[in-house]
Amino acid sequence: MQNLEMKKEFKTIAELLPKNVRVLDVGCGDGSLMNLLIKEKNIKARGLEIKQEYVKKCISRGLSVIEGDAETELHQFPDQSFDYVILSQTLQAFYNPEQVLKDLLRIGKSAIVSIPNFGYWKVRTSLLVFGKMPVTKTLPNSWYNTPNLHMCTIKDLFNFCLDKNIKINKIVGLNENKTSEIKKSNLEIKNLFSKIGIFWLG
Amino acid sequence: MKEKMENIKKLNISKPLLLDCKQTVSDFPLAYETYGKLNENKDNAILVFHALTGDQFVSGINPVTKKDGWWISAVGPGKAIDTNKYFVICANVIGGCMGSWGPKEMNKKTNEPYGLNFPVITIRDIVKAQETLLEYLGINKLLCATGGSMGGMQALQFCATFPNRTFSAVPIACSTSHSAQNIALNELARQAVMADPVWDKGKYLKKNVQPKNGLAVARMVGHISYLSEKGMQEKFGRKLQEKADYEFSFDADFQVESYLRHQGYTFVERFDANSILYITRAMDYFDLSRQFKGGLIEAFRNQKTKFLIISFSSDWLYTTKENKETVIALNSAGADVSFAEIKTDKGHDSFLVNEPEFLKTIKGFIDSMHAKFRNEKRI
Repeated sequence: MQNLEMKKEFKTIAELLPKNVRVLDVGCGDGSLMNLLIKEKNIKARGLEIKQEYVKKCISRGLSVIEGDAETELHQFPDQSFDYVILSQTLQAFYNPEQVLKDLLRIGKSAIVSIPNFGYWKVRTSLLVFGKMPVTKTLPNSWYNTPNLHMCTIKDLFNFCLDKNIKINKIVGLNENKTSEIKKSNLEIKNLFSKIGIFWLG
Repeated sequence: MKEKMENIKKLNISKPLLLDCKQTVSDFPLAYETYGKLNENKDNAILVFHALTGDQFVSGINPVTKKDGWWISAVGPGKAIDTNKYFVICANVIGGCMGSWGPKEMNKKTNEPYGLNFPVITIRDIVKAQETLLEYLGINKLLCATGGSMGGMQALQFCATFPNRTFSAVPIACSTSHSAQNIALNELARQAVMADPVWDKGKYLKKNVQPKNGLAVARMVGHISYLSEKGMQEKFGRKLQEKADYEFSFDADFQVESYLRHQGYTFVERFDANSILYITRAMDYFDLSRQFKGGLIEAFRNQKTKFLIISFSSDWLYTTKENKETVIALNSAGADVSFAEIKTDKGHDSFLVNEPEFLKTIKGFIDSMHAKFRNEKRI
């Protein structure tokens, strides 16, 4: 499941987190990120995952994972029961991303949310030059089979957080192997050159 | 059956046990069986709890019935719960009829079988008695406590009552309290037994008879509830039993009727009717939230045990929704919990049959827990 970019993303998330905290990984997949966090940061990690195949994989790796749909089942986690809640590249796949974000910030003291950036220049060119919905490494599906219902750019999520009074602690942009901090001052350019945006919220 | 019963392993429990009904009992037998070997570090012991009509014979051949052990699909050499690696223990519940203290045993005071003079027992009483067995076997902390259905309830009760006695637990297809529907089905089973004139207010053993008809009906009720609608339809449909047409009688024309009759009447050979009354009662009284001020969350507070809850998609007796409520309670208490729903048409009985996804999940969990438990013990 893990490609190089994902590895870099996970590493960046791990660097953002302090040691020994309690983390809920929403949409934890095969548990790669949880494993990394446990090993490198002695983090107490729990996962929520919808695909049974991944759930089984996590369980056999000794990870704690609950099979369930984040869209409908986040209510089971009590308020402020985790230090951090992580949502890696799935916000755009929810019917109601706003409600999911609210839930993340209810469950965790902070949330770390990463998104594939629809503002990345290759994505923009695809639409502008070829007139076709973009298919890239970070957005590998075609328009008719993409799970992504609510694509957004780094700038969109930035503005959304301002609108909804969600505190942004830090944004990290990711392109290939390079990371860079995104601020209001460099937002336009980073929104063009980052493939993935990682938001530390709340 | 008497001669065969003599070779069963039994622990005489001399320590007084205060039952939930306030009676104190001591000096009673607990029948059990073990599989595999306890290793030197004592980190490989798994306590299996049986369901309503189960017994201590989990694997291999049951020496009394001469049939396969009830969980042979999951437990044995090379199986998901591998007895080459793990030391598996199972005890017959008190109130049962496979050698443990139950209503068919002799009451020393009256020199007659207990019958309805046997105290009404609870899941907690059942579990407390089994903890004594662990003491006797010299096991301080289990690797895992597991079971399905009533066995799952015992696993939950065991963790709540003895928070530090097991490293992990796998309660399968169960709930933290019996639902109205489940109480109703149990009542149906009890009424079937009690409506049989042979039952005679539970005194049938004095005449050396069994209320077979009532007990068979009770078993049939159970068997319907263990299957799913789809599973039953696929297995039997409207197929006729070895005949070309209806017989215009009340014999078993349909295969499903014949199946139920067969299940009912083979069951009466191995089970005591009063045991069905007592054990179903214990299930109905089960409500973990009642035992703790502050309810279910308090029951699981400060749990260090690592839980895996498993449900089956077509189980209508202990639904995924009910199993998830257990998960939510554990989560709310801050316990370490995993959950998986196995997609299957095999209904509540899924945990007893060869269901590969289920077996893989349980194997993956127990093996990984063993590695963790070994590490913990080393430190």
